Amino acid sequence: MKRRLFLLIPLVLFVVLAVFLYRGLALDPSARDSSLLGQSFPSFTLSTLEDPERQVDESLLEGEVTLVNVWGEWCPTCKQEMPQLLALEKRGIRLVGVDYKDTREKGHEFLEKFGNPFEINVFDPEGTLGFDLGVYGAPETFLVDAEGIIRYHHTGYITPEDIEQTIMPEVEKWRAD
Amino acid sequence: MLSKIIPELGHFALILALLMALVQAVVPMAGTLTRRPLWMAFAKPLASGQFLFLAIAYLCLTTSFLLDDFSVAYVANNSNSMLPWYYKTTAVWGSHEGSVLLWSLMLGGWGFAVSQCSSQLPRDMVARVLSVMGMVCVGFLLFVLITSNPFERLLPNMPQDGADLNPLLQDFGLVIHPPMLYMGYVGFSVVFAFAIAGLIGGRLDAAWTRWARPWTNLAWAFLTVGIALGSWWAYYELGWGGWWFWDPVENASLLPWLAGTALIHSLAVTEKRGSFKSWTLLLAITTFSLSLLGTFLVRSGVLTSVHAFANDPARGTFILVLLGLTVGLSLLVFALRAPRVSHSIGFTWLSRDALLLVNNILLVIMTVTVLLGTVYPLLLDALGLGKISVGPPYFNALFVPLTGLLCVFMGLGPSSRWKQMSGRELFKRLLGAGIASVVIAAVAPLVYGGQWNLWVSLGLVMALWIVLSLGRDLFDKVRNASSLGIGLRRLSPAYWGMVVGHLGLAVTIVGVTMVSNYNIERNVRLAPGESVEVAGYTFAMQGLRERRGPNFIADTATIDVSRNGEHRFTMQPEKRLYLARGMPMTDVALRPGLLRDLYVALGEDLGDGSWALRIQFKPFVRWLWLGALLMAAGGMLAVVDKRYRRVKRRAQQPVTSDTSGFKEAQA
Amino acid sequence: MACRLIQALALLLCLSWSATTLAAIEVREFDSALQKQRYDSLNGSLRCPKCENQAIGDSESPIAGDMRERVYQLLQDGRSDIEIQNYMTERFGDFVLYNPRLTGRTWLLWGLPAGLVLLGAIVIGFIVRVRRRASNHALSAAERERLDALVNRERTQ
Repeated sequence: MKRRLFLLIPLVLFVVLAVFLYRGLALDPSARDSSLLGQSFPSFTLSTLEDPERQVDESLLEGEVTLVNVWGEWCPTCKQEMPQLLALEKRGIRLVGVDYKDTREKGHEFLEKFGNPFEINVFDPEGTLGFDLGVYGAPETFLVDAEGIIRYHHTGYITPEDIEQTIMPEVEKWRAD
Repeated sequence: MLSKIIPELGHFALILALLMALVQAVVPMAGTLTRRPLWMAFAKPLASGQFLFLAIAYLCLTTSFLLDDFSVAYVANNSNSMLPWYYKTTAVWGSHEGSVLLWSLMLGGWGFAVSQCSSQLPRDMVARVLSVMGMVCVGFLLFVLITSNPFERLLPNMPQDGADLNPLLQDFGLVIHPPMLYMGYVGFSVVFAFAIAGLIGGRLDAAWTRWARPWTNLAWAFLTVGIALGSWWAYYELGWGGWWFWDPVENASLLPWLAGTALIHSLAVTEKRGSFKSWTLLLAITTFSLSLLGTFLVRSGVLTSVHAFANDPARGTFILVLLGLTVGLSLLVFALRAPRVSHSIGFTWLSRDALLLVNNILLVIMTVTVLLGTVYPLLLDALGLGKISVGPPYFNALFVPLTGLLCVFMGLGPSSRWKQMSGRELFKRLLGAGIASVVIAAVAPLVYGGQWNLWVSLGLVMALWIVLSLGRDLFDKVRNASSLGIGLRRLSPAYWGMVVGHLGLAVTIVGVTMVSNYNIERNVRLAPGESVEVAGYTFAMQGLRERRGPNFIADTATIDVSRNGEHRFTMQPEKRLYLARGMPMTDVALRPGLLRDLYVALGEDLGDGSWALRIQFKPFVRWLWLGALLMAAGGMLAVVDKRYRRVKRRAQQPVTSDTSGFKEAQA
Repeated sequence: MACRLIQALALLLCLSWSATTLAAIEVREFDSALQKQRYDSLNGSLRCPKCENQAIGDSESPIAGDMRERVYQLLQDGRSDIEIQNYMTERFGDFVLYNPRLTGRTWLLWGLPAGLVLLGAIVIGFIVRVRRRASNHALSAAERERLDALVNRERTQ
């Protein structure tokens, strides 16, 4: 009898593995949290898209809960995402854009065509700020609290549902703090 | 018109095959349980019929491809009217649905082969084996019909033209790689079926292993060739000259290969000595289970891989259920029915039995390591512990030393005797081989590379140890014969299979060692008229031109290669743009050789008239695949051994599962 | 820009196999052979965060190119391999390391194979001891000799 129990070991191991595989089916292997959560927004000094002469740095984000959206004219998903960002702006959320790996003309063109929900746009033609933010594709959105600390990260397209289910609750949560 | 309903005919044939598989799964097994010979006799004709209808379904899909029937969704997604006809026939397995159909066809084919070659098997054994194979086939056909039907139509909105076959797949290597790989995966279903049939019937004697061994070797040989082809394809097609990436898809094929290698060896012990029976059965189940697990990992999207098929949660769930049922039930049968151990079959340290035990343990550890590394990111993610990656550095760090350890015992194994072996005798026999391999391996890097290199020496010492100890064994075997020819001819094909197979591994190890340590890679910018020297070869860019292929346009560079001022040959790397998908691809120029490959990939136009080029010198890279082919040849060679055809006489003797080792050793 | 769009479209259209197309080829100058070797090895052990499963050295995605460029700059600045790896994980997370570090969550990954080797050695020792005893009794010396000859017949036939 003891030996029969011994022979059950392979079955038990397999069942454990199968449970993990089953859980794995519901997971998205490409979804990842930013490693910057809970950390200060990386320091930068870049000009704005609106005014090439004006230099801004990370202090831009202090004082108020802000959504930082990384976008580019070359990114088709960013265009689809604009209505949601405009809606967020209407609800009184401060948005700052990072025009990522773009040219000024294209950037302006984009905002004229699809609307401009951003209080200001940081112009990042070389993608240096994007790199420090760990951005590996656009669009990506970061929620920065009043102290300039990154609190939430959204990779890719923001759907209208995402606004209700995640973005707004997160904003409320960090505003309350 | 008949041609309009071909997809429906194929679909119908598939359903018929499913019905036949269902009957094949149930009736013969019921016949063995109720002792009804008539019911058992259903197995063979059903296996043939099932294979026939699967072949019809497969031909129907191929016909749809050849006729450019873009109303079939699968054809529309994977073909194009401009695609050359030969790629149309191979595009059938270019994506998920068709490749599962090919899987099923091969499963039917192996079942058919078993039914045709089973005249020497007892009737109830045939019935059980084919019944188990029928069950597996039912699972896969349900999978095809429910979640992955390749005959689905896009009516009434059929597209004008197809989306084309992925350019990566428009290539000879990838044309034959999947079928070989699947032949291996699916081939292990035979030994799996034998194991389950043996467990259910309680018939696990030496005859059982003798039936199972050739099928295992054959499947293993196919898998070996399949893996080697995949590696070869990645080498010349992906454009950066790598040959193994430890990608989950590659690991998925390596897992059953490692377990299958262990199985081949443990079958040898079980046949010769009657020991390790339960272990062999467990390995047989494990090997096929790992084939299924690989299918799950590749097709469910739980892991990210370069080569993964499209993610579809429904398919993932279905395969997981299939995997759970197949593996879970077979392991349950194993736990309930595995034979008692008989400690009476003794052996000593350094006996071949003990060395093969070491081999098996090491191979299992390697299998577990690869499996662990492959699924570990998934385990952590499922536990909410974040995302990590496990890649080449991890696998190399563990796999290489384990292989080294394996090689040490591989050298001892062939020279050792079954049952008992004195350490002194083994030492005396192999001392020469040991010393010679250490000395040659220590000197070789000095001669080849000009300076000493520990890693090269370590790699070569393993390969040489395997080869020289085999040579010594061969010498011992033939030296008493009246002539060399007679002595060599007296050795059995099974022995030769072992020699060739082990030699193959040594050749592969040489290839891995040399190409990993002496690879030279240089990225250069060259304008027409300029030249650069890499590894003693001068590469002179002659010019660039545009070229139009059947479904792509290309920039082609012409590069003259010379050595010591003497013009040798011309290489023409290309950058292609495939029109239907707008997909850019590199087509590398390769100059293969037994001792080195030259490898040139064309990069970007750098604007000032010069182009980026990646030039690589890859010593002994061919040995990787040559070794794999030798291993496969060894596996095939062992199949033709006469003793597998002397089974019948013996099978009629009543033998029970707990025969003593003595009796079996005589048999 | 157009090129990026084409890539994005190619990725979208490529339903079944991901687009692993063109190996990026950059021409760089290195201070020494060792530096080139370190560059290649870092390129091979850092994972591209955007791609399915590729090292940054094997990927043509824009972010992999940026990362290679950064690795190159950091090497030129005289940073060590560990510093460069830290630089990347600070931004992209542990995900980009193909060689996971030994931490609380990876001890099983590194420990299990080592433990299995140990366990394997113990199991082998145990089995052979038991079997060795078995081979010593049960048969007389003459029988044993005959059995040896039969079992190893293949060698001498």
